[in-house]
Amino acid sequence: MPDVPTAQSVSPARPRKRVLEVDSLTLKFGGLTALDDVSFHIEEGEILGLIGPNGAGKTTCFNAVTGVYRPTSGDIRFDGQSVAGVKRFKITQRGIARTFQNIRLFKAMTALENVLVGTDAKHSTGIASALFRLPRHRREEEQGHDRAMELLRFMGIANKADELAANLSYGDQRRLEIARAMATDPKLLCLDEPAAGFNPAEKAKLMELIRKVRDQGYTVLLIEHDMRLVMGVTDRIVVLEFGQKIAEGAPAEIRDNPAVIAAYLGVDEDDAS
Amino acid sequence: MTNGHALKQQAAGLRARIVGLPKGAKIVLWVLIALLAYALPLLEPPLLSTPGTDFGGVLFTVTVYMLVALGLNIVVGYAGLLDLGYVGFYAIGAYTAAVLTSFHGNWPLLLALPMAVLATTISGVLLGWPTLRVRGDYLAIVTLGFGEIIRLVAVNTEWLGAAKGISQIARPPSVELFEVPHLHWDGWVPLLDFNDTTTFIKFGVLDQIPYYWMGLTVVIVVLFADRLVKDSRVGRAWEATREDEDAAELMGVPTFRFKLLAFASGAFIGGLAGALYASRQNFINPLSFLLLFSILFLAAVVVGGQGNRWGVMVGAFLVAYLPERFREFAEFRVLVFGLALMLLAIFRPEGLLPPRRTLRAKQMEQEIEALEEGVDDEEGARA
Repeated sequence: MPDVPTAQSVSPARPRKRVLEVDSLTLKFGGLTALDDVSFHIEEGEILGLIGPNGAGKTTCFNAVTGVYRPTSGDIRFDGQSVAGVKRFKITQRGIARTFQNIRLFKAMTALENVLVGTDAKHSTGIASALFRLPRHRREEEQGHDRAMELLRFMGIANKADELAANLSYGDQRRLEIARAMATDPKLLCLDEPAAGFNPAEKAKLMELIRKVRDQGYTVLLIEHDMRLVMGVTDRIVVLEFGQKIAEGAPAEIRDNPAVIAAYLGVDEDDAS
Repeated sequence: MTNGHALKQQAAGLRARIVGLPKGAKIVLWVLIALLAYALPLLEPPLLSTPGTDFGGVLFTVTVYMLVALGLNIVVGYAGLLDLGYVGFYAIGAYTAAVLTSFHGNWPLLLALPMAVLATTISGVLLGWPTLRVRGDYLAIVTLGFGEIIRLVAVNTEWLGAAKGISQIARPPSVELFEVPHLHWDGWVPLLDFNDTTTFIKFGVLDQIPYYWMGLTVVIVVLFADRLVKDSRVGRAWEATREDEDAAELMGVPTFRFKLLAFASGAFIGGLAGALYASRQNFINPLSFLLLFSILFLAAVVVGGQGNRWGVMVGAFLVAYLPERFREFAEFRVLVFGLALMLLAIFRPEGLLPPRRTLRAKQMEQEIEALEEGVDDEEGARA
């Protein structure tokens, strides 16, 4: 845990463009407040970790950002424009892509087709183009295919391109989900516990991969349970507990934050030390 | 068991050999198959031919069912929307053709056909717009209602001929060029029979074969279109929606729009089939569009293997052909049909000819199961 290679000192001197701004986001389900006045932002090119104990509201927050839930109050701005109430597929087309905590691939489609669906997000071939094999269809099909294979290679599953998604191993399914999300050509990639169920070696590999994803110019929002991994890969961390933000900062700060320690260990700050 | 296995391997070998053929040879093979299909009613092959009824007429019905199955396959098989009222579209196509060519107009059929198809497509969009927001069982119930509403409207509207129906529906234009002799089978010996000929191409009352040729041609065109659309962004969007609608939406698929497109495309083909049927039949009444037909159409798709265009055509063939072939069993044929459906549901729930990928997934499942069983056995042995 001591090495924190990528936390390249968040450079507060040079403020970067904010990709996503979550502004006093509140989400209520009936009497239950799942998110209570949560605010944070993500800067271009960073990996932001969103952590918290079970039921803290991480995935709910994700769902609000990707349009699955509509905020009760507050606002979410992507690239300066509000996405609250915008249709889900439009949010994706604007540039937010996500993976799912419980893998949700298109099981009866091949790995390649899964990724192609992602590339299609930016395409516009309709029934007429397809029926008459118009140039648009051919161009998009070729581009999409090249991009999809590139992503499968990047994820190390190109040799399984023609396998059905359902027939892939668990780890490959998780990798395929990331490839599919990247295929939509997003500015912001939201990964919901991508390493769930991985062994430590696989986790380390995945984190390496996430870093590479960032180096390609994507901004990453990462939900993860494993503190060690989150510490190792993120630039900044936001901590949620019971729907409220309890801390935000560089990994080193978070590690020593008494409130975070209390939230995770569920004990007094004194006992935790 | 071993026999079946060997048979399967043989089939796989044959398949590999066909797939391995050069493109030219494949095209020749397909053309030959198509020619054989066109010639089928002239050949009247002994066991295949229907003794009790006109073989050409039965084959025409088969092509209509095939069209319907191909259309319904887009809705049910590709997009995963359970439609129990598909006969409604079929009826709208038939009634539009009937009203325009006979009851309230004097249009030629070739002009009425596009109008029939247009009317059905629009009705598909109108039905889909409010209803495609509900899913699964709810959609099934709403579409079931739609099918019945269309029929009841026809029964109760004088303008549509009410219960009496509409007769004198226009036939396709005839272009009489030459006579084609039929084969006559003397036992197993085929003879050319020059007394029994079909006029190419005359859409008359007695000889049904030209209608079959027309139906088959439309089926082939629809098959091509189906393939082109399936193998594109549109087909992928349909399948993704079927697999996981929410995930598809979050991957940038406007699922509602694509579901509506699936509905409209299905309606298009259903309406076309209905109009062709009306033209051949020359007469329609609401009894031609009972709920039973929706069920039969769906049975064709499910029996054949939803999601596979060849599978649903096989299903359509069986559903349309078998009851005609075994007419002598009279009332029992429905019973036999029901039993066959039950057996199929038990032993081959994915249909007779499911998409190859369904088979692959199933095979994988069985392999894993076998592995797990093996582990259990070992553990048992150890204990």
